[in-house]
Amino acid sequence: MTVLALDALAALVPDGALLALPPDDSLTPSALVRALIRRNVRQLRLVGVPTAGLGVDLLVGAGCVASVETSAASLGEAGTAPRFAAAVKAGTLRVIDATCPAIHTALQAAEKGVPFMPLRGVLGSDVLAHRPDWHVMANPFTVDDDPILVLPALQPDIAAFHAVCADEEGNVWVGRRRELATMAHASRFSLVTVERMVSGNLLADERMAPGVISGVYVEAVAVARRGAWPGGVLDEYPADRAHIMAYAREARTEAGFAAYLARHVLNASAQDAA
Amino acid sequence: MSSAIAPQERLIASVARLIMEKQPTGRLHVAVGMASPVPAAACWLLKKSGVPIRISLLQRQTGGPFSEGGRELFDLAGQGRIDLFFLGGGEIDGEANINMVGTGAWPGTEVRFPGSFGSAFMYLVTPRTILFREEHSRRVLVDRVAHISAPGRSRPEVVRRGSAQALVTGRCIFRFDGDRFHLASVHPGETTQSIVENTGFAFEIPDFVPVTPDPTEAELALLRGAVCDEMLTTYPDFCQRVWGRSPAEREKTQA
Repeated sequence: MTVLALDALAALVPDGALLALPPDDSLTPSALVRALIRRNVRQLRLVGVPTAGLGVDLLVGAGCVASVETSAASLGEAGTAPRFAAAVKAGTLRVIDATCPAIHTALQAAEKGVPFMPLRGVLGSDVLAHRPDWHVMANPFTVDDDPILVLPALQPDIAAFHAVCADEEGNVWVGRRRELATMAHASRFSLVTVERMVSGNLLADERMAPGVISGVYVEAVAVARRGAWPGGVLDEYPADRAHIMAYAREARTEAGFAAYLARHVLNASAQDAA
Repeated sequence: MSSAIAPQERLIASVARLIMEKQPTGRLHVAVGMASPVPAAACWLLKKSGVPIRISLLQRQTGGPFSEGGRELFDLAGQGRIDLFFLGGGEIDGEANINMVGTGAWPGTEVRFPGSFGSAFMYLVTPRTILFREEHSRRVLVDRVAHISAPGRSRPEVVRRGSAQALVTGRCIFRFDGDRFHLASVHPGETTQSIVENTGFAFEIPDFVPVTPDPTEAELALLRGAVCDEMLTTYPDFCQRVWGRSPAEREKTQA
């Protein structure tokens, strides 16, 4: 594990990468997303784990994205993810619709190193009808007619997320957001922004260890104070709802989005690096 | 005397009554997804009324119900340990199919809705689902959804624990019998005729259609006090709109 500057962390995401991102309420790596846009990354294949929020909307609006696999794209109470919706309408974005537990389950299969995993439900949904990579098989453990969905393992190239802190071993602490652990375990490697570095070893602390993702999975870390903003971080700071609401209004138009990008992303490297 | 009953207060009380209709033998476990202030308030109303209900509210930044991440809700539901869940939809049709994807060609090239979230799973594995959609128009309640995020009915060989119990809208309450919707009550100001005019699917109309009852004085007092207190952090906009209260005001009263 190495500790890098934010822009150097962003440089580790190659064009075309299959990149897993958490939504706004789950330690979203907003500062890294902004750095990726500044680095002018292209053709990303994003996975919303299990949904997509403001970060995905920014990347789509900035032209960085080829496809998005997700169960939803939404800004929560602020409503539709405007650039995502516009790209769907314009047909410029490949959307691979899923359903939340299917994404969790496909990541769990990758985490275990098995080729697929079953999931109940979903049969009869048009989500399944549009997923040629998903299959329905007969439950091999019963003689009854029992069709069940099986999902192929989903192994992202990179998992990117924000964490409260990292130690010198590359262990990062995400508290109860264990879906990030599944995402990190399933991906080839993880890039993590943190509020701060801490001394010692987080895994040596019995109270902290249950919220740790082991440095085994972490390729590099960058310090980005308030790096989830405008998302929130556990009990450290709340989401900036006013900002997200304002974004939802402004980004309804191309021009409004461009103005937002200029103000908060393209000219914001100093504030993100702080 | 209390001030005028807000439409949302009537909806909350109605949802609470539907939750209480079928009591399991053990403690009722209700989960509430994101962006669902009315269902969340209905659960809080029951809890504050002393009903032994376990509520798992997903929309909380801190103090949430799970410690194994977002997948724990679905794992619990997969085992049948969530008794009741709420779903909505950009479109809902007369077979209780819901569409959260969009209209026009897949994946919603005319109007894109947010997406299916967990609906394709939760609708089949949860014994009871209350459908909630405040907008009651022919745009939303359609004869046939453009796309099915989650089906209201399944073929007999498909493992399924339940389907829609009811559909609560801003105009009325429908019950679902597994096949069709039945008009159960109309909110004040609505008539059977106005419901027919604003509904895109066919439904059963009984000889007598009651008016949806008002919340009781006790329920109103709880809604405007203890329930709103619980909701202020997670749904500040809703609390402001319905009860004219903001989180800042709460901090003031606690100080």
